[in-house]
Amino acid sequence: MSMSLLLLIVAAIGVAGYLAGSWRARGLAGGKLSNLHSRPGYYGSFVAICAMIPALLLLLAWSIASPIYIQSTIRAGFPESVKMQPEATQNLSYNMISAIARGLPRMTQEERRALAEDGASARTLLAAKGVPLASEPEPYMVQSAQDLDRATVASSLWRAVLVIAAAAAGAFLSFRLIAPRLRARNRVEGVMLGGLVAASSIAILTTVGIVASMLTEAAHFFNSVPAWEFFFGTVWDPRFAAAGATGSSGQFGLVPLLAGTLYIGFVAMLVAVPVGLFAAVYMSEYASRGFRSVVKPLLEVLAGIPTIVYGFFAMATVGPFLRDISAQISGLATGNYASFIQAQSVLTAGFVMGIMLIPYVSSLSDDIITAVPRALRDGSLGLGATRSETIKKVVLPAALPGIVGALLMTASRAIGETMIVVLAAGVAARMQLNPFEPMTTVTVKIVNQLTGDLEFTSPQTLVAFALGITLFVITLCLNIYALYIVRKYREQYE
Amino acid sequence: MSETSTTPPMTAIGISAAPARRDIGLGRRYAAERRFRLYGMAAIGFGLLFLFLLLFSVVSKGYTAFQQSMITIPVEFSEQVLDRNNERAANPQKLMTANYPIIARDALARQLGVTEGDRATLREISGMISDSVRAQLRDIVVADPSVIGTTRDVTFLAHGNLDSAFKGQIDLSVDEKNRKVSDRQVGWMNQLAESGVLAKHFNTGLFTNGASSRPEAAGVGVALIGSLYMMLIVLVLSLPIGVAASIYLEEFAPKNRLTDLIEVNINNLAAVPSIVYGLLGLAVFINFAGLPRSAAIVGGLVLTLMTLPTIIIATRAALKAVPPSIRSAALGLGASKMQTVFHHVLPLAMPGILTGTIIGLAHALGETAPLLLIGMVAFVADVPGTPLDPATALPVQIYMWANEAERAFVERTSGAIIVLLIFLILMNVGAILLRRRFERRW
Amino acid sequence: MNIMSETAAEKVLEKKMNEISYKMIGEAVSVYYGDKRALYDVGLKVRENTVTALIGPSGCGKSTFLRTLNRMNDTIEGCRVTGRIVLDGDDIYDPSIDVVELRARVGMVFQKPNPFPKSIYENVSYGPRIHGLARTKADMDAVVETSLQRAGLWNEVKDRLHESGTGLSGGQQQRLCIARAVAVSPEVILMDEPCSALDPIATAKIEELIHELRANFTIVIVTHSMQQAARVSQRTAMFHLGNLVEENDTDKMFTNPDDQRTQDYIMGRFG
Repeated sequence: MSMSLLLLIVAAIGVAGYLAGSWRARGLAGGKLSNLHSRPGYYGSFVAICAMIPALLLLLAWSIASPIYIQSTIRAGFPESVKMQPEATQNLSYNMISAIARGLPRMTQEERRALAEDGASARTLLAAKGVPLASEPEPYMVQSAQDLDRATVASSLWRAVLVIAAAAAGAFLSFRLIAPRLRARNRVEGVMLGGLVAASSIAILTTVGIVASMLTEAAHFFNSVPAWEFFFGTVWDPRFAAAGATGSSGQFGLVPLLAGTLYIGFVAMLVAVPVGLFAAVYMSEYASRGFRSVVKPLLEVLAGIPTIVYGFFAMATVGPFLRDISAQISGLATGNYASFIQAQSVLTAGFVMGIMLIPYVSSLSDDIITAVPRALRDGSLGLGATRSETIKKVVLPAALPGIVGALLMTASRAIGETMIVVLAAGVAARMQLNPFEPMTTVTVKIVNQLTGDLEFTSPQTLVAFALGITLFVITLCLNIYALYIVRKYREQYE
Repeated sequence: MSETSTTPPMTAIGISAAPARRDIGLGRRYAAERRFRLYGMAAIGFGLLFLFLLLFSVVSKGYTAFQQSMITIPVEFSEQVLDRNNERAANPQKLMTANYPIIARDALARQLGVTEGDRATLREISGMISDSVRAQLRDIVVADPSVIGTTRDVTFLAHGNLDSAFKGQIDLSVDEKNRKVSDRQVGWMNQLAESGVLAKHFNTGLFTNGASSRPEAAGVGVALIGSLYMMLIVLVLSLPIGVAASIYLEEFAPKNRLTDLIEVNINNLAAVPSIVYGLLGLAVFINFAGLPRSAAIVGGLVLTLMTLPTIIIATRAALKAVPPSIRSAALGLGASKMQTVFHHVLPLAMPGILTGTIIGLAHALGETAPLLLIGMVAFVADVPGTPLDPATALPVQIYMWANEAERAFVERTSGAIIVLLIFLILMNVGAILLRRRFERRW
Repeated sequence: MNIMSETAAEKVLEKKMNEISYKMIGEAVSVYYGDKRALYDVGLKVRENTVTALIGPSGCGKSTFLRTLNRMNDTIEGCRVTGRIVLDGDDIYDPSIDVVELRARVGMVFQKPNPFPKSIYENVSYGPRIHGLARTKADMDAVVETSLQRAGLWNEVKDRLHESGTGLSGGQQQRLCIARAVAVSPEVILMDEPCSALDPIATAKIEELIHELRANFTIVIVTHSMQQAARVSQRTAMFHLGNLVEENDTDKMFTNPDDQRTQDYIMGRFG
């Protein structure tokens, strides 16, 4: 029985339970609803919940556990010769078996028999059914596949029977429980609260998922490449391995990538911090209300533009512009019209990223500056300070911790930014200081290593997770520290 | 206390006279003040200038993508070419593999008055027609084989290079060898344009076609469907989960370390680089859970996780803005806490929640990096029927086109960006209107 | 004025004792916040080297009037002032008058102590530094010490000048703010309910300080405490609903006011 049909049946039992429950409660009330503890709908919901939740949980558990159980029994039935093979080969064999098993239900009885008798024709036979195989299956595989198919069919049948039984039993038992004094509302609300808690725990689960998945994959990577070679290696040359050729080849040095990331981030901050801060100061201290209400949203448009658009802007407009203008400059200075800024460069990527970051700096700092109490401003103005003196000597120093926090958050965004650098920074992992040359970043390499055909066993792929966890840890530290500073800062003025 | 020199001297005429003016450096200080103000204005000007430049560069490069040069000529479906030996009844494959571009080329040559052409001439004429003409004519013939042997007017796409030339994007002063259209082709182009055969039409293909290696036939149709699937998944999952989580945290959660942890967690998740979510999706949804690569469902799930923190933060702010007096009033009437929240607080907070959701969706719509990792950088020419089929997304399509070397793709890329920006503008304007319409001041 | 002869100085001092000299004069001062009118044609003369107290129920416009005297109202959006306020014969709302210079001459102490989150030394030296009043470090040290002494704070903080000003107690903070105002050597010091956030002992110290400062500065103080007005001031002005009700010698005001409303307010019938 298919999953969707089963879900539909469970839902139908739930609806029926709801209707029956409310009907019964209404009957018990005898025309006076105040005889009941809760309104009839709650009794209905109570029955529906009792019917559906255990059944759905059972369904979930079964769907997770049964494939694992079936796989282990099938593999236990492998011939001894196969069991001697390495784990990876066994995995491949099992994948083939499950592919064959997928094809089986599409065959007629005769075809199945033919398959069992003549393993050699299996490949053509299956290909005709839309299941391509990489190689001829061995005879034991066909046998195992038949077992697998039988087990799967049986499992699916039992699953349907048990789940429907659970739903029906839940509905029946809870229906019997209905009495005027039953606190149906409290029970229903208890379940709702459980749902709310579950929803908020998704936030935790996401973090756990990020950390666990990246740690596992990164651990695989560190099995083939020593950690210190990754963290302190100064050469990045992963040398894409030919398919199947595993084992470490190439060098995975993080240092040049990190250098590029920090350099580009630094250039971006060099653009974004002064512009953003001055814009924020002007908005919060000088601008009239009308000016502010027009210009502030306009600047925030910059934050709403997707980074891919910035990337294209950098690649198609800013990069060529810088290249051409540098050619003109060098032509005027030396007579040799050779550009000294490359179209893809630290400067291009950093500059455009800086523009993207302006609204982050300005709106975060604007909030922080506005939080500085008016009394301090008045104190300074009352002594005859000009506005700019008040800002420079009183407001900004008072806001400094908060602004530092805001800048750290912005920096973490710069470090994690991907699309601009993918399109405008270049792919060469080099360590150098010339901002006019291309450099590459951690994020660029994550994208490079993971686009195209993946093999989840090669270090060339897995290194992306090691890079990812590095990126995650760096940005996490920056953010936690920034949040801490900003929180402290706000408490100070509350 | 004795008189000091700073004490102003007195006079006895009723009004004190001004004391000697102290020099407090007013000129210098006001100059500094003006400079400071100027820096502020310059900073804002800089930001606005680049906003303008960015939009200008995209629009000026991309507006032409909404027009497409098309050639409308009578095409003779010559039996001689398509099915010389009249096998089509016996072998339907024959019509699928027939050489359709030739009849288009011949039709164009006839139109141009080139009767006797050598190979080079014919190749140049072929070069004016998009390769997509093969599929187009084939579809006409397969749908109705009786057209064979007749002549009918067909409108087909001009080749990408001709399209660029016709839109004036190719510098014709460059040496002929170094550009993609020859002088002869330009001459023909002008001839066709004069007779009205070659004309620019609104480019519907941009919105309906899928990926194509030929710029003139490439469109964002498939990408739009993929993005639509993902936005639906994000909306359906993240709105209820986000609202439920916010309700718990804001209304029910006890103040303890676990709640604190969740709060810090959510704030951090909002700041985790998007590419990390891509890694998560790759490792958990594809590698562990076995969902198909390149599928819209994986993209949707990844974007959901990414959007959740935004929605939670916005929803909590909206819930917080509902005054406590409303809660007390409902509780005082004997409503349970759950009823209070769902009957009174939540409806009042709804505009704020929806505004936050739309803004979260807009961010998700423009997000590219995580989708690259889960394999949505795929050449998908067919419309995905379900969220489990391979799909691509609008920003990923932009990324792929941006990496294409051909000149004509620059125009397409910018055009796709314009489409994306229009969607984002619509969503944001919607959010603003929603806020204006329902904004409540307590 | 340093070449003023001994006798001349004595004469000045004598005159000061006998004759009335006005430091600031407000004529028909009205203040609007947007469309709302907060002050109605107030005319008030502030005598030199005198403490003038502004009293009245809350919202009567006394603080608003005080803030017009050094144009602190300029910082409030939508605020408009009409009429004339004269400082030493110059209309301070005249375009030729510079607001920075004005505030250097008319200092202000606020209701809530608002020391900058900097060291005590930096708080006091802030004004002289921005106005360039001390050429050398030694000059600055001297200014800081004198100011703190005048504010009666020197002995309490001389050993911790470089600790944060926000670490002081409320009363000390307010005296620090007074020292900060004094350090600029203004001619007039405006005080906006300087003791409202302080306990009685700290209040007493500030009142004593105001008494001493009077010798060198013209002081205008807003207070909601009539006892305080009686203790520190020589002249008192009573505001009600944006109007100046009565201005008189403090002694007379509290014993035999001219206006019935003053009488009622002082007797505690409203406010």
